[in-house]
Amino acid sequence: MALNPDSLLAFSPMHRLQWEEAQQKDVILYPEGMVELNQSSAEILKLCDGSRTLDKIVTDLETKFQATGLKNDITQFLEVALNNGWITEQ
Amino acid sequence: MAGSPNNNAHKPRWLLAELTYACPLQCPYCSNPVDYSQYPTELSTEDWKRVLTEARKMGAVQLGLSGGEPLARTDLAEIVRHARDLGYYSNLITSGYGLTEERIIELKEAGLDHIQVSIQASTQELNDHIAGTKSYSHKQDVARLVKKHGYPMVLCVVIHRQNIHQMADILKMASELGADYLELANTQYYGWAHKNRDLLLPSREQFEAAEKIAQDYKETVKGKMKIYYVVPDYYEDRPKACMNGWGTTFLTVAPDGVALPCHSARELPGLDCPNVTDFSVDEIWNESKAFNFFRGDEWMKEPCRSCSEKDQDFGGCRCQAYLLTGDMYNTDPVCSKSPNKHLVQEAIDQAMASAEKTVEVPLVFRNTKNSKKIT
Repeated sequence: MALNPDSLLAFSPMHRLQWEEAQQKDVILYPEGMVELNQSSAEILKLCDGSRTLDKIVTDLETKFQATGLKNDITQFLEVALNNGWITEQ
Repeated sequence: MAGSPNNNAHKPRWLLAELTYACPLQCPYCSNPVDYSQYPTELSTEDWKRVLTEARKMGAVQLGLSGGEPLARTDLAEIVRHARDLGYYSNLITSGYGLTEERIIELKEAGLDHIQVSIQASTQELNDHIAGTKSYSHKQDVARLVKKHGYPMVLCVVIHRQNIHQMADILKMASELGADYLELANTQYYGWAHKNRDLLLPSREQFEAAEKIAQDYKETVKGKMKIYYVVPDYYEDRPKACMNGWGTTFLTVAPDGVALPCHSARELPGLDCPNVTDFSVDEIWNESKAFNFFRGDEWMKEPCRSCSEKDQDFGGCRCQAYLLTGDMYNTDPVCSKSPNKHLVQEAIDQAMASAEKTVEVPLVFRNTKNSKKIT
């Protein structure tokens, strides 16, 4: 499933994104399961709050981390996230 | 003690809180110990809250609220609220029996994350027979209410010889009920299921036919419903990586407060499983004899000890080794490298012979009367 560039991306209400102190990382929680996230994946998912499109997420992260050329990596990860049901398109 | 106390990096991630052994259903494959009637005491609300707090501090994050039937605890919402405050992801594992819309709302407000409802079969007649209680239409209503109130809905169907022919209909039912996840759990033969194994174990042909139907259906419902398929390990060549390794991830607390490295470990001899009313969760996890017993691989016998796969499956399941071979240190006999593999084949042959009898021995239903009779 490819991302629609016009959609607003939101974290799925059927999952929970949470910082775990004991593991020192963000995790996604869902029925009887858990995915441990690296820092960049977590930063991307935190911006999926229903107010941003893919391009907006890329711009915001490039600004935040003073970087360029992040679009491919971010798109790839968000497609994985969409296919896993971690995010939804609105 | 087989293992030795250690300061390994493993910390509990999953806490299974078996809140009570009380249950209105009588499923003949229940994973509770067959002698559960000997442990009638239950932890208080305050004890449960303290256990949750202590385990959370160590890093436990997934919480299973199970039983018996956890709805039988009138303080369930209070426990759920405490779990939510601590940051647990809480899973209610229920038969659905007695779950009203009012209570679904109460639990949602308390912060419950997910409800797993078990259904025994795709038809009322078989469901009610296996459950030992009229419950089919009520369970279907509950499944719909769970969805209505915005919970992820997991439908759990335990698969065995009495219902395996319904696989296609079970999948259809789950889809129609709008399940987000369907757990097809082939019966694991411990506790009551072990007692009733001759009547529950399907043939290899039955299991392969049903598995194919389920795998094909996975494609049909991709993106809508996730299917978890728990394999029947009697038909496998390698044992399951039981509990992800002993004392590495899972902590079960039984209704009376006994802490177990797996929910069947109560059946194993000489573990001296500690009680949460005597020790803190930290002491139990790090220092108790029971949680260190099968940690690491020093306890292993051959063929596990020199096996290149020992870090993948940890020798399989200790309870299965004990139930089938009488020695809990043995390689799980499911493994084709086990010198006891023939015991699994004999169990299969015995079950198949029982299936061919014209008059079947009745199932032993899981209830207090039978529990007292057995023990």
